[in-house]
Amino acid sequence: MLLPVKWLKDYIKTQKSSRELADGLTLSGSHVESIISLNPGIENVVVGKILSLEDHPNADKLIICKVDVGAEKLIIVTGAKNLKTGDYIPVAKVGAKLPGKEIGLTDFRGVDSYGMLCSLKELGFTDSVIPKEFKDGIYIFDKEYELGLDIKDVLGLNDQVIEFEITPNRPDCLSIIGMARETAATFGYKLEEPSIKIETEVDDIYDYANGIEIQTDNCIRYYSRVIKDVKIGKSPLWMQQRLMEAGVRPISNIVDVTNFVMLEYGEPLHAFDLDNLQGKKIIVRQAIKGEKLTTLDGEERILDPKDIIIADVNNPIGLAGVMGGLHSEITDETKTVLLEGANFNSRNIRMTSKKFSLRTEASTRFEKGIDPNLGEIAVERVCQLIEQIGAGRIVKNHIDVYNKKAQPKHITLRPERANMILGVEISIEDMLKSLNNLGLKSSFDGKLIHTKVPTYRLDIDIEADLIEEVGRLYGFHNIESRPLLGALTRGEKPYKIVLEDRVKTILQGLGLNEVMTYSFISPKAYDKINLSETDSLRKYIKLINPLGEDYSSMRTTLVPNMLDLLARNFNRGIESMYAFEIGNTFIPKSLPITELPDENKKLCLGIFGETDFYEIKDIVENCLYRLGMDIIQYEREENNPTFHPGRTARLFYKGEDVGIIGEIHPLVMENYDIKTRVYIAELDFGKIVGFTNLEIKYTPLPKYPAMTRDIAVVVKEEVMVGDIEKIILKHGSEILENVRLFDIYRGNQLQEGLKSVAYSITYRSHERTLTDDEVNEVQDNIIKDLETSIGAKLRSF
Amino acid sequence: MREKLQELRELAINSINNVIELTELENLRVKYLGKKGELTQVLKGMGKLSEEERPVIGQVANEIRVEIEEAMNKVKENLKNKTLTEKLTKEKIDITVTNRVKKLGHRHPLLATIEELEDLFISMGFKVLPGPEIENVKNNFDDLNSPDNHPSRDLSDTFYITEDILLRTHTSPVQIRAMKEYGAPLRMVSAGRTFRFDDVDDTHSPMFHQIEGLVVDEKISMANLKYTLDVFIKELFGKDMKTRYRPHHFPFTEPSAEVDVTCLSCRGEGCPVCNYTGWSMELLGCGMVHPQVLENCGIDSEKYTGFAFGMGVDRITMVKYGLKDIRLLFDNDNRFLEQF
Repeated sequence: MLLPVKWLKDYIKTQKSSRELADGLTLSGSHVESIISLNPGIENVVVGKILSLEDHPNADKLIICKVDVGAEKLIIVTGAKNLKTGDYIPVAKVGAKLPGKEIGLTDFRGVDSYGMLCSLKELGFTDSVIPKEFKDGIYIFDKEYELGLDIKDVLGLNDQVIEFEITPNRPDCLSIIGMARETAATFGYKLEEPSIKIETEVDDIYDYANGIEIQTDNCIRYYSRVIKDVKIGKSPLWMQQRLMEAGVRPISNIVDVTNFVMLEYGEPLHAFDLDNLQGKKIIVRQAIKGEKLTTLDGEERILDPKDIIIADVNNPIGLAGVMGGLHSEITDETKTVLLEGANFNSRNIRMTSKKFSLRTEASTRFEKGIDPNLGEIAVERVCQLIEQIGAGRIVKNHIDVYNKKAQPKHITLRPERANMILGVEISIEDMLKSLNNLGLKSSFDGKLIHTKVPTYRLDIDIEADLIEEVGRLYGFHNIESRPLLGALTRGEKPYKIVLEDRVKTILQGLGLNEVMTYSFISPKAYDKINLSETDSLRKYIKLINPLGEDYSSMRTTLVPNMLDLLARNFNRGIESMYAFEIGNTFIPKSLPITELPDENKKLCLGIFGETDFYEIKDIVENCLYRLGMDIIQYEREENNPTFHPGRTARLFYKGEDVGIIGEIHPLVMENYDIKTRVYIAELDFGKIVGFTNLEIKYTPLPKYPAMTRDIAVVVKEEVMVGDIEKIILKHGSEILENVRLFDIYRGNQLQEGLKSVAYSITYRSHERTLTDDEVNEVQDNIIKDLETSIGAKLRSF
Repeated sequence: MREKLQELRELAINSINNVIELTELENLRVKYLGKKGELTQVLKGMGKLSEEERPVIGQVANEIRVEIEEAMNKVKENLKNKTLTEKLTKEKIDITVTNRVKKLGHRHPLLATIEELEDLFISMGFKVLPGPEIENVKNNFDDLNSPDNHPSRDLSDTFYITEDILLRTHTSPVQIRAMKEYGAPLRMVSAGRTFRFDDVDDTHSPMFHQIEGLVVDEKISMANLKYTLDVFIKELFGKDMKTRYRPHHFPFTEPSAEVDVTCLSCRGEGCPVCNYTGWSMELLGCGMVHPQVLENCGIDSEKYTGFAFGMGVDRITMVKYGLKDIRLLFDNDNRFLEQF
């Protein structure tokens, strides 16, 4: 919302600077985005008059102008084609400053030019507000001005515009008067609204129009008047300036007046060329499916029954609340005008505007909601201005279809409640003053404040809304802060989050970097990790309206994202990366989903560089050990297509599958274009939470000496050390303290297909010193079992 | 006898002082002081001496023995020192070489910020609560008093899975869940992923993060809200930070405010980052819980009042570390991650 400060001052009297106004309004709730200065740095540009025009002797496209700028007469060479003798134009003299350039004496093919004639663009106006006739040429003033006058005074370039971000609950502030009302309330000024009066009225509206017929509930009101003997022309400069400052392009006097009043009151208006309406009648109805309408922008729109249209007896003539139709547009030939000040269901306007991607000044206002009582005021104001600028004669009477008149709401406010909620002590007098300044007529009956809420305040329904009004005019910045009182409460985190934090700290200590990836992934990711067609991970939840295929499925595994980011890093030349993510996977209870899915938290680790399977296994084991999970069981996983069949393990804790660790399958690596080995672990964080035990119990330090025995056995290559360890542990009884694998040997001292595995086993009792005999007995049992169960042979050193 | 002893002494001391290896010293010890050593031999011959001479020579012999022992100890000490010095010199290394084998990992800056924020609120007596990323329309919009024609409900703003199930657009539904589960009084915060239909650019991401807080109790006021948020902002950004509360609009709070915080780049002086206003704009949204929202959750809005606040953690992280591009947070470039 653009608020030209000079326009604002039509309705309030203030000496405050734009900055002061902006700061005050910001603190009372109108958020200022910026203060725009209309002067882009122009200096020494004055009003001039063209005395004569001559062709340049040496150039076809140049003209030599003699220009009177009051104090002197200048020769200026220009390429413009829209000039004639006697025109008043902006002249940049030698030494003048324009946005981005300075004017000097210039030689144009042998003729010295003492300045430059300016277009509006050169004076800093944006294309979107420049009137079409001045789009390419020099700007020509509408009338005579004193020669030599500073252009900034004539074009109002010393003014400033404040740009606001208006919250959706305050559509009434999308107008100059709305903002003037806010300004008045903020600073305690008196708001002076225009007094609307039409001097002369002729004939009767029914002499020209055959009535208004509303066939849809979505049109709340239609207020209409007729103007005859219309003389289409330019609107006065002051009006054009206001429009341009507020970001609207001047078009013609009638259209400009409707736009002016729309900006002034916030009510979008429309003017139809009444002579082009078949049957001279307005019908408001829902469109018929497939009906067509060419809108003012020249686009043919195909309508459907959700669109509200304005029609004559045969055809649609306007897209209600969004844009008028081309056929009934005001043209230079227009003689009779029908004015519309209507009100429509905001939802329909929003849908239509959205469907056609057509956001106009009208639609942005209607879709937020407008006071239906404004229609009448605005149309009357248009009539007044048309009469004032002599653009037509006002026809007597109006047609108003308005079945359910909007009435002011009555709300009560408890002053002590307001003070309690705001945490302040505002006097009842001050509350009344704030409310009344906002136009909320309020009085106090000794107990309650009774407020009559005008119909333009669509946002005020309950007491809390009035408390907000009182609070914001008091100023939230003036509320003194106070600590929370009441019972002391203990802050806490649920165990699951505590554990998550703990895991992050542990993994950080183990050298892994935390990463974060999107919850949605491409469905192609499941192909990229080579999942079979029937894999349960393919039962994923789809978004109805994803941003694109890459963001369309809710992930059921973290692995694809991990591979993606590792690949990205690898291909950026990163030599080694250790990463982990804790994040949700989304598992539907059924598909398509009818209730919220399970959100299963997963922990995913991914590493590449100078590393191997054993390092990631080590990291996982270390991490779980610190969470109180000591003995993890591993089973070979040969059937997961994402992973290398010979280098992948499934993890079990207390018999429960808690995840997978392994090297990524070479085929998957090809899909991700990573030319190094990658190791990934994905663990079910939810299950891990259930197994963790953060409680630590101290074990006394040993009092008796330990006995260490080394043992080396030769076994077949396919025997896993885990099986050997299981046997050792089985016989170790309570005196076995530690088993440490210290060597695996393959080589010429052994037959092909055999390996030697060496352990150092530590025995210790907490009650006594062990004897050789009892240790030997355990050792013998271990060896016997190894021999019989897995065909191991004791290796002599 | 006396002369013989003196001779022995000279000889012994001389050879001891010439020793350059510890083993040689041991040989000398045996040679002079051992059981069959020369000094011992001399002493054995003392029986031939007269009664008067015996104690005198004995004393001399003992003195010489002590003298030899001392000389030997001294040489031994010197030799040990010399060996140690040699060893230490030989073991000298280039201490400017850096060859780190194990590196500590790094926390993701945004997730670390969330943890920091949660811990801060825990210290103020807030309960941290989790909430699902996939929500129903009721928790995400309806019970938060969002008008049913509000544009934020559109397919062009919110990701939907079914008509009733969506990706939460803010962390506020956790407030609804918490109020329904725990009732009043309540102090909670919740942080997590949120989703909106925004194409990826410097400052937008379809997935982003919020942290949300709620206090419900008897006589909770806007003054309490200001106190709590001021403490939080000073803790997070520094004691000299100022806040500015501007009236704003949210459907679920009334009154509502936006909070600006002293610009972190210029600390309020005015700079290009803050558009010369001195303020980092719109860092937080907050307000007094709308009575209808309390009622929707079964809390008596006459007896209890509350305040709520929420903020974008991505934005806060970016402001805190001076990041200009939100995409860095989701790109996971190792060189980026290792800066935190």
